[in-house]
Amino acid sequence: MKRRDFLKIVASPGLVVFFRVDPALIFQEPARLPARQNYPTDFNAYLKIGGDGRVACFVGKVELGQGAMTALPMLLAEELDVALDSVDIVMGDTDLCPWDMGTFGSLSIWQFGPVLRAAGAEARAVLLQMASEQLRVSVDQLQVKAGVVTRTGDPSKRITYAQLVQGKRIERHLEKIPVKPVSAFTIVGRPAARKDAREKVTGTAKYAGDIVLPDALHARIVRPPAHEATIKGVDTSAAEKIEGVRVVRDGNLVAVLHERRDIADKALALVKTQSDRPAPTVDDATIFDHLLKMAPQPRTVAESGNLQEGERQAATIVDQTYLNSYVAHATIETHSAIAKIENGKATVWASTQGPFSVRSAVAQALGFTPQNVRVITPYVGAGFGGKTGAPQAVEAARLARIVGRPVQVVWDRGEEFFYDTFRPAAVVKIRSGMTSAGKITFWDYRVVGAGDRNARQFYDVPHERTTSAGGWQGGNPPGMHPFGVGPWRAPSVNSNTFARESHIDIMAARAGMDPVEFRRRNLTDSRMLRVLDAAATQFGWKPGKAPSGRGVGVSCAIYSGTYAAMIAELSVDRATGRVQVRRVVLAQDMGVIVNPDGARQQMEGSITMGLGYALTEEVHFKGGEVLDHNFDSYEIPRFSWVPKIELVLIDNPDLPAQGCGEPPIVNVGSVVANAIHDAVGVRLLQLPMTPARIKEALARG
Amino acid sequence: MMRTVSFTLNGKPVRVTVDDERMLLWVLRGDLGLTATKFGCGEGLCGACTVIANNQVVRSCATAVKDVAGKQVLTLEGLSANGKLHPLQDAFLKRHAFQCGYCTPGMILNAYALLLRKPRPTRAEIIQHMDDNLCRCGSHVRIIEAIEDAAGMVKGGAR
Repeated sequence: MKRRDFLKIVASPGLVVFFRVDPALIFQEPARLPARQNYPTDFNAYLKIGGDGRVACFVGKVELGQGAMTALPMLLAEELDVALDSVDIVMGDTDLCPWDMGTFGSLSIWQFGPVLRAAGAEARAVLLQMASEQLRVSVDQLQVKAGVVTRTGDPSKRITYAQLVQGKRIERHLEKIPVKPVSAFTIVGRPAARKDAREKVTGTAKYAGDIVLPDALHARIVRPPAHEATIKGVDTSAAEKIEGVRVVRDGNLVAVLHERRDIADKALALVKTQSDRPAPTVDDATIFDHLLKMAPQPRTVAESGNLQEGERQAATIVDQTYLNSYVAHATIETHSAIAKIENGKATVWASTQGPFSVRSAVAQALGFTPQNVRVITPYVGAGFGGKTGAPQAVEAARLARIVGRPVQVVWDRGEEFFYDTFRPAAVVKIRSGMTSAGKITFWDYRVVGAGDRNARQFYDVPHERTTSAGGWQGGNPPGMHPFGVGPWRAPSVNSNTFARESHIDIMAARAGMDPVEFRRRNLTDSRMLRVLDAAATQFGWKPGKAPSGRGVGVSCAIYSGTYAAMIAELSVDRATGRVQVRRVVLAQDMGVIVNPDGARQQMEGSITMGLGYALTEEVHFKGGEVLDHNFDSYEIPRFSWVPKIELVLIDNPDLPAQGCGEPPIVNVGSVVANAIHDAVGVRLLQLPMTPARIKEALARG
Repeated sequence: MMRTVSFTLNGKPVRVTVDDERMLLWVLRGDLGLTATKFGCGEGLCGACTVIANNQVVRSCATAVKDVAGKQVLTLEGLSANGKLHPLQDAFLKRHAFQCGYCTPGMILNAYALLLRKPRPTRAEIIQHMDDNLCRCGSHVRIIEAIEDAAGMVKGGAR
């Protein structure tokens, strides 16, 4: 898609594309919404060619570990025809970079990629026109390699981009310049070295907590014991006795500050608080009934045919309920920021996925115009949706203004769990039927809590209905969730895929059919059939009816334009209930692949992370009190959990690059549930599938 | 209690006059300005703060500075010599054995301690040794491979 076409869609009155992909806007409090903005149309916003020939690339995206710092320069270098090594990237700095909605939803390549490519293509066309005038050679006789323009067959006629531009801004523009066809790519599609590698292996990579400013204070903030609690009294007298401690009280914000972080910690531990807290009414065991009771009116997401007709055609009906717990983002870097205010201008370094929305939030909190707030995003120690907002940046800015010195706020692990915006708990009810030949005749799907993204199934079903009530985007009735919820890597989709693909497997087993064959029989989507076949071939799938005792399972999903089929093999220790996933095969069709090694990294990481929500990750709580404070009770995947991972990247050059880092995670819950069933014959209907739940299911038989 | 604590940091002698019960992590990051060593959990549960003291792995967020008095302390800043990467760093770089990079300093140093003790570890030994260092991005497979690579390169031990 050309940039202008893309912008046309974005700016058109329906705004479907724009709002669907913009969780930040939905997620922020309405008062903090930035005015609606689009990507700039002037290519100078994205690139600058220096006098030395180096190309600076400016993007509002941030580097969370996903490799955008490498993949985006590849796209620009490809379109401009410069060497990848000659591109330097500036990311997530609101004073230097073009506006961006934020880095989430696997959108950096899928949605922003075309914008950056179009900028590069237009700049290249302008540069060629300038070269043509200087060299007195027509454009169609010119070629470019590594930023050097030459006359084809006559290298003596040459001029470099640097000579053409002479360090100045390019003031010429051209309309409707096509981007390169995939067949002409020389950089995109080949493995590239990560641009952040050297800094990250030498420890020189800076995160927001590593930014040191002269005279800065570290702040620790007094927190309530539960989300529904109100602090009534704060006694800071003992803390104030520590030399160098400063106490700030500003409305509901009470903080102790010190030049050393750990001494601020010590001071905070001495602060006594009294708070009022209503009795908790819900906990992690009762949450599912609570959600069903509290959920808003369901919305119909998809409907076709007639469910009653489908039920009449069915020989077998399967009715089942699936549960999914709250999960935390649990990035190893906690929310961090440092703010300084000088001459009416605030500068905030923040770990965030959305520097421009953070700029709006800080401006609002300080009463500044957004132009007087600069947000700089250093390396971010991962996000997965958890750093969409950055309340710690607002806290640092407020405190910096009060104390008149730079202030650093780095949440500790307990704050990170307490203020996390969890993936919402969910209940999914599915009632479906099939003929005696294993053809699905109807599908009635009701999701509560997770959200509607990819709730609609993709099998060939003549009669179906999908409804959704509540979700991670907000708009939930007060009290539905006892704390904040928000996007978590592939929002909605993990819960919906777990329910759908578990249910499909139950149907396959009831039909007495091999689960791969059952899916094939109910699919006509050629992209899905292709990834399913590719996964089965790579795995060496041997058809059989589950439970076969082998511990193998399959699951399919579509997300972010990407098709994914996963097959796993595992063992279950019947005595302890522990699962060891031994092997995972993932076949993925994600369109054009920008950086194959980067794509593999994302896929490996996403699968590994998925083992957590599948097997252990679950937020424990009593009302708005989060009982998990650290990694002892909230267990994330470890080295000993990691299976052998085999990836099949399906080449699909006809399709632009799609999302890559999120789709691999969505199948993990269901593939593990299906393989556990195949191993030991019990069906786990609730995530995570902890040893206790597995033992309980085995005892029930 | 306030005391002067002396130790060797990345090959150079240092003296700090601090409350010697303070945790090494914050003395390194705050008083000595070395920020490669990361804060992750504050309770020795994640390994982001891993450093080496007298060739042993130390969780600096849960180790008082007095406990490294007189010892040889190594942080990631001290691992490369004269701009030349240590074989482990080189292997992590070439394998792209990181994503966000936040756990990487702890991973590299924990692996360094393993290779000191066991220059040619088996895959199972690597997994066992690394199991308490957490990575949220899921770089585990590559980290294991990078350590295997480095073990091949570092003949007879680390450096």
